[in-house]
Amino acid sequence: MTSRPRGVTDPAGEHELLSAGDVARTIARMAHQVIEKTALGAGHSAPPVLLGIPTRGTPLAARLAERVTEFSGVDVPIGALDVTLYRDDLRRRPTRPLEQTQLPGTGIDDRVVVLVDDVLFSGRTIRAALDALRDHGRPRAVQLAVLVDRGHRELPIRADYVGKNVPTSRAEDVAVLLSETDGRDAVLLRGGPVEPGAPAQEGKS
Amino acid sequence: MKHLLATDGLDPELATSILDTADELKRTLLGREVRKLPTLRGRTVITLFYENSTRTRVSFEIAGKWMSADVVNVSAGGSSVGKGESLRDTALTLSAAGADCVIIRHPASGAAHRLAGWLGETGTKVVNAGDGTHEHPTQALLDAATLRDRLGSLDGRRVAIVGDVVHSRVARSNVHLLAALGAEVVLVAPPTLLPVGVESWPVTVSHQLDAELPAADAVMMLRVQAERMTGGGPGQSFFPSAREYSIAYGLNEKRLALLADHAVVLHPGPMLRGMEIASAVADSPASAITEQVRNGVHVRMAVLYHLLAGEEEGVAA
Repeated sequence: MTSRPRGVTDPAGEHELLSAGDVARTIARMAHQVIEKTALGAGHSAPPVLLGIPTRGTPLAARLAERVTEFSGVDVPIGALDVTLYRDDLRRRPTRPLEQTQLPGTGIDDRVVVLVDDVLFSGRTIRAALDALRDHGRPRAVQLAVLVDRGHRELPIRADYVGKNVPTSRAEDVAVLLSETDGRDAVLLRGGPVEPGAPAQEGKS
Repeated sequence: MKHLLATDGLDPELATSILDTADELKRTLLGREVRKLPTLRGRTVITLFYENSTRTRVSFEIAGKWMSADVVNVSAGGSSVGKGESLRDTALTLSAAGADCVIIRHPASGAAHRLAGWLGETGTKVVNAGDGTHEHPTQALLDAATLRDRLGSLDGRRVAIVGDVVHSRVARSNVHLLAALGAEVVLVAPPTLLPVGVESWPVTVSHQLDAELPAADAVMMLRVQAERMTGGGPGQSFFPSAREYSIAYGLNEKRLALLADHAVVLHPGPMLRGMEIASAVADSPASAITEQVRNGVHVRMAVLYHLLAGEEEGVAA
């Protein structure tokens, strides 16, 4: 999910934070961290469930799961968790179409659930995801994996796995592009400093 | 979306978006212990029913409650309406009391439009839950949702709407919505039960049910609305007898056999078993009648979501 509609790029104000190769390496590193932190393959616990938050969290969760399986030899169930119905900003924006929620057959009760999203910003999306999870079951623990943490948290939420920390200004925009949704892999930083007093751009939350 | 008053003129994209939302809601709630979403917390929805209806009122009430809205039911019989208050005053009272949405069922065609006009400035949304013989848009949407479930898509599908078309707001709403979504509609009824001006509708007309069944992907049976057949005096009834109607237009087992294997049978309810539809047909695998009711809740949740969850158009947040 990006914060601004496509097609507003100013070539001068766009900066590539991660290339396609960087994205692949980052996901591989996060996969190793997931294996380590969840003690996967140690044989004493069920594998974690990876739940992607649409739109771009879903393919990210699938890629992360693929790497985890490749490195550990253990299959990890994946799913998608749409949080639209749980957002607290619905009345501030035009009606959003709903995305897919698809929980794996194993369910989430007593499992470690790893929420996967592309950008961590205000933390409100994750708060909504935690509310949604509570209605679907009772995980043993919930962890968070994000490709980019751009700061500006409005809630006491932090990620367990971070692909890249990117300190940003509110006027900037972090765009995660994935081949599944955008035709190529990249992480871009768009926009730049604006005049003081100018309204902050709506961003990924 | 400002109000939902009719399917006539409803943007097909918006209609599809409502159906997609209903699909997602259904998937999301499937198999869950807690069938409640916080989406419309703090919103107040009032059902204002001037006609009796269990199915529609309950469906809206459950839809609102599953979205965490506060739902208040007002029945005309037990309210100030019984004391002679006008529709306009009742509506303005409900709006002033804090209703975000009024769902109205009324015996007069056009009542929902009038209401929307009066409430236009107040920001209260209006949903038409059936006005006279005019429209019943959420019924058409839930029918479309059921047909999409069973047939995959409506584009190019042939739907026969059978029976008392002239008195049916369900038929009117379905004709417009199905046509907008790309289906072919054929109305099958005796000439006396077809409305004046049907030539201008996006439909074909037939009086022979048997001839229409083999090509139909879906058959939508209508209830014979005896309570609305007040226009004809002695000797001017709409059909000679219930038995004769049933023989010519009832969906019995023999006719069921004429349908293609994939064909779906719908009925908006309440059913007159043995008259429009045989019990064996209503309970057959081809029948999607209980699915219609189930989809009704999800479709109405989707409508409330589109009306109440988003930012007011043209109003700054």
